[in-house]
Amino acid sequence: MAQSCELLIVGAGPAGLAAATQASGLGVDTVLIDEQPTPGGQIYRSITTTPLKDPNILGADYWYGYGLIEKFLSSGTKYLANATVWGVTRLTGEADEGFEVHYSTGHGGQAHAMTARRILLATGAQERPFPIPGWTLPGVVTAGAAQILLKTSGIAPGEGAVLAGCGPLLYLLAWQYLNAGVKVDRLLETTPPGRWIRALPHVPGFLLSPYLAKGLKLMRAVRSAIPIERHVLALQAVGRDRLESVSFRTKGRLHQVPASHLMLHQGVVPNVNLSRALGLDHVWNDRLACWEPRVDVWGETSSPGIAMAGDGAGIGGARAAEQQGRLAALQVAATLGRIDNMQRDRLAREPRQILARAMRGRAFFDELYQPPESYRRPSDDTIVCRCEEISARQVRETVRLGCMGPNQMKAFLRCGMGPCQGRMCGLTVSELIAEERGMSPAEVGYYRIRFPIKPVTLGHVASLSQTDASRHAVVRIRS
Amino acid sequence: MFKRLDHTALAKFEAPVVRIMINGLPAECRAGDSVAAALFANGYTACRQTVVEGRARGPFCMMGVCYDCLITIDGQPNRQACMTPAREGMSVQWQDGAREIL
Amino acid sequence: MPLSAAVGVHSAWHVAPRHAFYDAVVVGGGLVGSALAYGLRRRLQRVAVLDEGDLAYRASRGNFGLVWVQSKGMGMARYGVWTMTSQQAWPDLARQLLEETGIDVHLEQQGGLHVLLSDEEVQARVAFMRKLLSQPGMSRYEWKLLDRHELADLVPGIGPDVRGATWTPVDGIVNPLKLLRALHVAFQRNGVDYMPCCPAERISHKSDGVFVIDTPRGSVQTGRLVLAGGLGNKALGAQVGLDVPVRPQRGQIVVLERTRRILRTPMSTLRQMDEGSWLIGDSQEEAGYADKEVSFPILGTLADRAVRTLPALRDVNVVRTWSALRVMSPDGFPIYTQSEQCPGAFVATCHSGVTLAGAHALVLAPMIADGKLAEDMAPFSPGRFHVQAA
Repeated sequence: MAQSCELLIVGAGPAGLAAATQASGLGVDTVLIDEQPTPGGQIYRSITTTPLKDPNILGADYWYGYGLIEKFLSSGTKYLANATVWGVTRLTGEADEGFEVHYSTGHGGQAHAMTARRILLATGAQERPFPIPGWTLPGVVTAGAAQILLKTSGIAPGEGAVLAGCGPLLYLLAWQYLNAGVKVDRLLETTPPGRWIRALPHVPGFLLSPYLAKGLKLMRAVRSAIPIERHVLALQAVGRDRLESVSFRTKGRLHQVPASHLMLHQGVVPNVNLSRALGLDHVWNDRLACWEPRVDVWGETSSPGIAMAGDGAGIGGARAAEQQGRLAALQVAATLGRIDNMQRDRLAREPRQILARAMRGRAFFDELYQPPESYRRPSDDTIVCRCEEISARQVRETVRLGCMGPNQMKAFLRCGMGPCQGRMCGLTVSELIAEERGMSPAEVGYYRIRFPIKPVTLGHVASLSQTDASRHAVVRIRS
Repeated sequence: MFKRLDHTALAKFEAPVVRIMINGLPAECRAGDSVAAALFANGYTACRQTVVEGRARGPFCMMGVCYDCLITIDGQPNRQACMTPAREGMSVQWQDGAREIL
Repeated sequence: MPLSAAVGVHSAWHVAPRHAFYDAVVVGGGLVGSALAYGLRRRLQRVAVLDEGDLAYRASRGNFGLVWVQSKGMGMARYGVWTMTSQQAWPDLARQLLEETGIDVHLEQQGGLHVLLSDEEVQARVAFMRKLLSQPGMSRYEWKLLDRHELADLVPGIGPDVRGATWTPVDGIVNPLKLLRALHVAFQRNGVDYMPCCPAERISHKSDGVFVIDTPRGSVQTGRLVLAGGLGNKALGAQVGLDVPVRPQRGQIVVLERTRRILRTPMSTLRQMDEGSWLIGDSQEEAGYADKEVSFPILGTLADRAVRTLPALRDVNVVRTWSALRVMSPDGFPIYTQSEQCPGAFVATCHSGVTLAGAHALVLAPMIADGKLAEDMAPFSPGRFHVQAA
């Protein structure tokens, strides 16, 4: 049975939810597709099912998301949960025909497809890879993972928990743990000295932003309750088959502390696999040290009919994502003729104001918490490609062999060829090549990504529609 | 070890208990837990041995991007534990290296 | 294999070419160019390879790794013979690379299968093989039509849809990525100057017979120029008086995650790598230069045939797909020739860079080192296209 819609939104985080609500509200036939079982994306994950109902544990910023979801659920948008988009083709023919989006539900099963005249990618962000020696040991997880365990299942470390890295999410997790009565042994900050000075020019923006008051309160609570080590270097997870201790260097001295849990975090970066497989233009953001898809003020990308909103289009946080979602939806509604440009601009005024406020102060964070180079370009004995177990040493040596870029690197070492499709190693490989060649990662480039952007079973792909042309291209009976 | 925050009044666990098998041994978790969460709640941090070097790995990102939480669920190998909800009667088995297919 | 044992002190990518004059310069660092450069270095002192950057149209990246004999040479028996020559030279190449670099390219020459999924396919295939091997001057090798029963012994879990297969003992497989890596490590060990991000921008031929090749990083000079630049050979060949009518032909491959090794006898469309992953191929499309996209209907057909061939693969995950551009001549056979207008310039192009690597490194390269292609290479000259056109 052919499914179709006017607007297909991928991702049920704040950008996707707000966009769906806005678009449906203007009469656009909208479908929201998301791979999690319940809405909220990562930032508002499990908000409808969390066992931690006391709002003081997870905090007001988290519970704000509830309102977004209520509005979404009553918006009339068709919602496909547990559905993973793995491929997209542009329908050829007359202009404005749209796309065919392939997705899988649960495990195996029939291939599903949805045609849509417009696509909005609200695919959000993932945590930046944080490669340190031993980061693959059981017992080491990301701070985001720890937060998901807390929100979704009320699961937290019993003892021996160490948090390490930089960025607001690390402190948020520490604060949430405090509220829940969870003991954190130590918080190891990797922000190098001198960052405050670099971030200083952006302080006025920060002072005017909504982050200031909340941020200070949160930091004060964390710092008074948890021992903090600053400017930590040479962070390592140590253990044989699982994490046993964490070692690091501060003020020239080596420390080793026992640990059962290490939560790593050094910021978030856009999920680029889908946007890259679609062939969208991406640009390197030097301050955030990552690639972002190129979007205009309405979220339109370099590819007609495809828009992006939220952290997936560039890290801006949940509140900014919500407003970007609304703006992108307004533009889609306008291009589909539901509203004219004047109405669009009028309806866009409020989101733009809120967006501007939400973006204020981010430059300060971005500068302050930019991950230091030593943690983006790890030591030789660090595993870089977790799937294929390739070390930084191997990557560096292969550059010296004449391998110039990440795609050749793939062919030489198999890095990026595992099931994660470069999500855990892509940035690190580009950074290492950049370091060896003495140039910017922007010049080095990134892996070429093709569909499927998430592994799907062969049986699933086998149920795709074939054509005479495809059979002819494959079954070449010669006599 | 990870533990459930059941004991505190802060956490209201209305979700029913779900019984699964982990490596042939009975285990309990809560409705709404992913298989990865169920593993953590039962004291496991690892779920497999890697294909290349045979090293122990466990769930890492909990959001479906790292592909380290691959485990055999109801006889089907290489399923992401963090993206699979735990269901009553489910059988979860550690994986040792590359999967078998015949 | 840890590269630490293989890597020397110098970085392979020099700011400028290391020598003013090379005994041979190979344009193109893919499988054809690399195999030739490796072979040339065995006879010549100063050899350089000029290669493009990371995003070039690299046919080498999208390949299957077959060292395949059956099916080759219908319409040109000489090609069948050339393929056989390479098949026989391959064990030497693999052994030399292992000795010199420590890298095992996992050459397996235990035979291969061409699987048939309908009665029509069976009949056509048998007729084809009979006609192929009865061509005058064709190499002779054993081949058999296996029925389902016999096939099931070779391929555990063969699907009920499979009618049979043609089998020969001479077909084989290798790991193409390890081959490329081994060749590059050999360059460093043996002192071949591999120059990446160094495309040949302009070629001029001086009156004293020396070729000057301009690159973004300076010029190189040589008495022997080998054009192995794939699709780029057309434009490059024109600069040295050679007609190289090649066009892109897109091929797609589907790659499955690693499983325990079960398939030892490769098929032309399905093989399992030494490390356990599976490759499914192959398709042929005239799609211009679109190597960034994959065609979904073709993925469907490839996957469907693979599942029918080996049903146990149904639940195995597709981890990625490739599309790459084959370098196709008008009749599909290689083009090897030397320029009369600019003596010392050679062209080598084919779409079976892996199968022919043995011949390229150990038979063709010595001819080029000697300055002259052997007489029996005449059928590969592009002159054959003009004859047909007349």
